[in-house]
Amino acid sequence: MMKSLLPQSQLRRSSVATAARSAAGGDGSAADGGGGGAGAGAKAPASSTFWFLLHALCCLISLFLGFRFSRLLFFLLFSTTALYHSTTSSSSAAVLRATTTTTTTTTTTTTTTNTFTLSFAAANPPPSNPANRTALEAAAAGADKGGTSGNPQSHVVVGRHGIRIRPWPHPDPVEVMRAHQIMERVQEEQRRWYGVKEPRQVLVVTPTYSRAFQALHLTGLLHSLRNVPYPLTWIVVEAGGTTNATASLLARSGLTFVHIPFPDRMPHEWADRHATENRMRIHALRAIRERKMDGVVVFADDSNVHSMELFDEVQKVQWMGAVSVGILAHTGAAEQPRLSEEEKQNMPLPVQGPACNSSGHLAGWHTFNSLPFSGKTATVVGEAAPVLPKGLEWAGFVLNSRMLWKDAEGKPDWVKDLDAVGENGEEIENPLNLLNDPSSVEPLGNCGKKVLLWWLRVEARADSKFPQGWVIEPPLDVVVPAKRTPWPETTTELPSELLEDKQEQDDRRLSRANKSSRPRSTTKRQGKEN
Amino acid sequence: MGTWGARAPPLAVAALLLLAVVVAAQDTERIEGSAGDVLEDDPVGRLKVYVYELPTKYNKKMVAKDSRCLSHMFAAEIFMHRFLLSSAIRTLNPEEADWFYTPVYTTCDLTPWGHPLPFKSPRIMRSAIQFISKRWPYWNRTEGADHFFVVPHDFGACFHYQEEKAIERGVLPLLRRATLVQTFGQKDHVCLKEGSITIPPYAPPQKMKTHLVPPETPRSIFVYFRGLFYDTANDPEGGYYARGARASVWENFKNNPLFDISTDHPPTYYEDMQRAVFCLCPLGWAPWSPRLVEAVVFGCIPVIIADDIVLPFADAIPWEEIGVFVAEDDVPKLDTILTSIPMEVILRKQRLLANPSMKQAMLFPQPAQPGDAFHQILNGLARKLPHGKDVFLKPGQKVLNWTEGPRGDLKPW
Repeated sequence: MMKSLLPQSQLRRSSVATAARSAAGGDGSAADGGGGGAGAGAKAPASSTFWFLLHALCCLISLFLGFRFSRLLFFLLFSTTALYHSTTSSSSAAVLRATTTTTTTTTTTTTTTNTFTLSFAAANPPPSNPANRTALEAAAAGADKGGTSGNPQSHVVVGRHGIRIRPWPHPDPVEVMRAHQIMERVQEEQRRWYGVKEPRQVLVVTPTYSRAFQALHLTGLLHSLRNVPYPLTWIVVEAGGTTNATASLLARSGLTFVHIPFPDRMPHEWADRHATENRMRIHALRAIRERKMDGVVVFADDSNVHSMELFDEVQKVQWMGAVSVGILAHTGAAEQPRLSEEEKQNMPLPVQGPACNSSGHLAGWHTFNSLPFSGKTATVVGEAAPVLPKGLEWAGFVLNSRMLWKDAEGKPDWVKDLDAVGENGEEIENPLNLLNDPSSVEPLGNCGKKVLLWWLRVEARADSKFPQGWVIEPPLDVVVPAKRTPWPETTTELPSELLEDKQEQDDRRLSRANKSSRPRSTTKRQGKEN
Repeated sequence: MGTWGARAPPLAVAALLLLAVVVAAQDTERIEGSAGDVLEDDPVGRLKVYVYELPTKYNKKMVAKDSRCLSHMFAAEIFMHRFLLSSAIRTLNPEEADWFYTPVYTTCDLTPWGHPLPFKSPRIMRSAIQFISKRWPYWNRTEGADHFFVVPHDFGACFHYQEEKAIERGVLPLLRRATLVQTFGQKDHVCLKEGSITIPPYAPPQKMKTHLVPPETPRSIFVYFRGLFYDTANDPEGGYYARGARASVWENFKNNPLFDISTDHPPTYYEDMQRAVFCLCPLGWAPWSPRLVEAVVFGCIPVIIADDIVLPFADAIPWEEIGVFVAEDDVPKLDTILTSIPMEVILRKQRLLANPSMKQAMLFPQPAQPGDAFHQILNGLARKLPHGKDVFLKPGQKVLNWTEGPRGDLKPW
């Protein structure tokens, strides 16, 4: 128990001062090592003054030397034999023995190079000691507990001890390895007790296509999936066929993946893109069905961000589950929709997910409210306007892959057969269309209270150029500037005449605008040497 | 074949029980001490306790004067009183009582910094005993041998915070025959009377519960400790505080990455303990500390560095199997000792610590719950029954000397 007691330190100091004055018992205590003299001090007033003088002498020597000179040396040099048979003071009731320890110890105050451990058998004196008249003896000879006279002497001693430091106080590499092995085993045991009992494989379905932001999104998703502690298979469906860039990214990921080509190209309008993605996902589900893959199907769109708790939570799904998704309809533009105070109050949360009634059963769905964004949403991919989800997003649903199989044990009858879905060319808007009875969906994540992933659509303009596979292979033979560059000057060369004319127009416009400071806008373009 | 059919149901039941035991044994293990499997005993019906009505100056007024008494580590005395007042083992008829409880709060005289001063405690205790011996005949009947007192201070009924002084004073003479319920415990020490019941110090259960993290959070710290290594205020030269053991821990392991030790007190102290495999519980000025309670509650294996310490409820809890005991002389070899513990032993200790009855036995929840420290104290008292022959004194026999002790203690309070 640690305390810092001011009165205690004062007591110590006063007790040292009174050590010499302590005559027959009273408060003289063995306050510090040298004060073991208090034990002897009680013998006679003469010896107590002797110790007092000794103390004064030591103080003077310390002043002279510049560091604290320990009285322990004097004590041991002069008093070993005398005190060995000491009948002790009535005060401390201690038999003093001085022993030297064999380990070389150093105190942190580097004054004394040798320290000696003094043993004060202070707890229970041997019963043969007749001089004790303190409560100590009375306690030992307690009347009600007869037969305790033979109390073994305690090995624990009160008083100053040396601070034991081993010669090389640094970690031993073998021990460090063993400690890490211990921690690994402890963590494995923790997982066994508290973690998921039988972890199932996670089948991650991702529709993607080649565009400027593809590498960004897929890299982020790849890192999230690498951290999932369960066996995982990443099913990537690529619109427009498989590309080498995507294939090499997947191969470098270190994950088990299935790269499936999808014949149609990804359209440039958001609405069409949603529909195409849905068809790509169904295509992936058919692949799962064909290969009879077993596990939990998670729909991870490449631009979404997933938390690790999501993958722990989806292990609990029986057939079909729903999680809460945070919808981040970012507004890329500078103008934000102006909302009145009332609208701000009533603004629903940007969350899509299951809604539960009080007994914890699915009662309905929270969906994203697109009213505040009416009219200002992006229609073309890459447009600087909010991108909104359409209805219920697939990302918020998870399936048991056995639900997709032709025949599976225990498959509930409220699940439609996958082949029957989409046969007549109808659009599969969301996974609820895979069910006959959408009320059997299980709400996960504490009944939808916990948002486990975020839906986000961030894309560059459809005509943005980027190096294939993000490997810059010189030479760049065609450099086409975007419609509006943020910089007024241009230093690029323009091979085609059409572009030249446009550039001149731009220059003239710019020179008119920046009369004072931009003479360079009309400099000649120089042909670049290749 | 006929006998087979007759034997099948008991066999099935036995198989089920075995399965249940096996399944249960995987997660937790039953805790059995030297007194047997007594952690979950119910004291109701096994003993009767009579609570003396003392004037409020001995209890309520002290708490009213300083309410910090309710939250510091010595609060067990107050909560024990409150528990007994409303417990089923309380009896209002002293003639049928097995044990008598005197509600006197001797650890409630606090300095402005919150530390209890023990200087008046002997007088307070003496005054209380004088009161009960004059009002009721039960004290004189046995001279206190069937009375119990809760004395949670540093060195129990020695009533001093400094060990040498405490030894010098010894247990208060008037309490020589009574049963003492105290937190201090050290073998062959003056201040641990034989027959005392050692209890854990008070640690606020609600506060600890609010800092729980999910149990699947992996334990990634090997050894954890937060606290002083040198008490520069009271022991500037070192070597006195903790008998040099804490300083030794610091000097030997401050550069060891396996040891997360420092004097910083972070706000995530409880959470960090739950992420550690071993928690050091070295002695300080006294051998006991709330660290033991915290380590048990948070599932961190306590490494007890205090020679000859007697841990709480030592007859009900097999501490040797739960914690790791390191001699103060062996502190420089602490890393070797801890890394060479066999894996099965470590896992078994964690299983024992995960047992909820173990955690419950270390806590003083309000209101009291079955299996908590209050009940363990009562179980301990019940195990001391029936009283021996020497408890009841013959008429006219006197054992205690009422004028014994330092002169200052004899002043009335």
